[in-house]
Amino acid sequence: MLTQIAYALPFLAQGFALTLWVSLLVVVFSLIAGVIMGVGLVYGPVPLQWAVRIFSDTIRGIPILVLIFFAYYGLPAVGLHLPSFWAAVLALTLFKTAQVVEYFRGAVGSIPKGQSEAAMAIGLTFRQRLAYVIFPQAFRRFLPPWINGVTDAVKGSALVSLLGITDLMQAINQVIGRTYEAMPLYILGALIYFAVNYALSLASRRLERRFSFIRE
Amino acid sequence: MSTSPKNTPALLDVQDVSKAFGTVQVLRSVSLQVAKGEVVTVIGPSGSGKTTLLRCVNFLESYDSGSIRIDGKEVGFREAGTRQRRSERDLAAMRAETGMVFQSFNLFPHLTAAGNIMLGLTKVRGKSNAEARTIAEHWLGRVGLAHKADSLPAELSGGQQQRVGIARAVAMGPKILLLDEITSALDPELVGEVLEVVRSLAEDGMTMVMVTHEMAFARDASSRIIFMADGGVSAAGPPAEILAADTDNERLRTFLARFRASHF
Repeated sequence: MLTQIAYALPFLAQGFALTLWVSLLVVVFSLIAGVIMGVGLVYGPVPLQWAVRIFSDTIRGIPILVLIFFAYYGLPAVGLHLPSFWAAVLALTLFKTAQVVEYFRGAVGSIPKGQSEAAMAIGLTFRQRLAYVIFPQAFRRFLPPWINGVTDAVKGSALVSLLGITDLMQAINQVIGRTYEAMPLYILGALIYFAVNYALSLASRRLERRFSFIRE
Repeated sequence: MSTSPKNTPALLDVQDVSKAFGTVQVLRSVSLQVAKGEVVTVIGPSGSGKTTLLRCVNFLESYDSGSIRIDGKEVGFREAGTRQRRSERDLAAMRAETGMVFQSFNLFPHLTAAGNIMLGLTKVRGKSNAEARTIAEHWLGRVGLAHKADSLPAELSGGQQQRVGIARAVAMGPKILLLDEITSALDPELVGEVLEVVRSLAEDGMTMVMVTHEMAFARDASSRIIFMADGGVSAAGPPAEILAADTDNERLRTFLARFRASHF
């Protein structure tokens, strides 16, 4: 049994690498898109606020799995044929983006209005106010839910296996198909996912402590 | 001292400014001139528009009609009576010319005392870190907090925080300093140290408009007192005249009587 699994390790490692790659892409894309849309939601003109609101509420109301199938099987109907990998990344990114928008709104909304006013009063422009006054303070509040969301993204990436993409989950299923060693392999898979997410939450706690000097 | 110096052009010139929040008229055709070096205190019951007026001067609030000029330059709107807001960049540059100190201090909690002062100096005034640090230390010294340069706001008392707030505003070299009830959030024993700083700035010739409930301070430190009621200027004049118990302005008399009753 152990030798069989040992033989499978390089294959599992490839799947694991793909899981990390998908997660990384989703986390980075959703962070950028989410913060931009978050700025639109909090500071933008009313029509833009509505657009972001509708996007966020709609996406968050749909199961990720539906988004993934829609991106892969649905979009070709409108002429958009994405390879399975990118369809999956797109769906997961949309889902995460909607969450990042909410984390951002919550974090920025918690900063008292007086902070913006004090920053205005010394002559900082809108961008400077965000960069030097609002974001540094909002960051500490943004971090815990966001890291939580990152671990969700890592776990959620297992769904890409349903499009036949060989991530860690799919790799494990394939090895099980050859060896019939379901229990040890699923335990191994669970341990790997857990290790990644545990490392993330440790890093998160460390970062939070690093920024805990910001008190109100 | 004259009520409104007619010959010298006013540094701050507020003309017929009106403003409504929805259906509530908060400013009714307010006019006010402040000459360079003058200290004007604005008193009045809460809801009389004092704070709103102050916030219009550096355009933290917009207003519906009228004009506000600092040094001859229209503040929030483009010239020629248009209601067209200045660009974000223009507004920022104009605001840098007025200093504001807030009731709730509004120090940046993630920056040290020196850092609070240095932010505007480096990002708005374009000074190097070293220059900004020198200026910050100078002003912290002026407000008696040289030893707190590297303390975070959370490590300072209310009075100390407000003194940093004042230092942050004056370090920018503003033409005029706006003080919005800066002692109202302080414990009584901390009020004195803050007013002392304001007094010393006044002696140095800093032009100030100060909304306050500290009548004794208004009497001693200001060149002129403006009494506001219901969004308009109800009385204006030298302290002795305004704070006289036998004024024939009924609203002012009621305000002062109520004030005296609650403070003695």
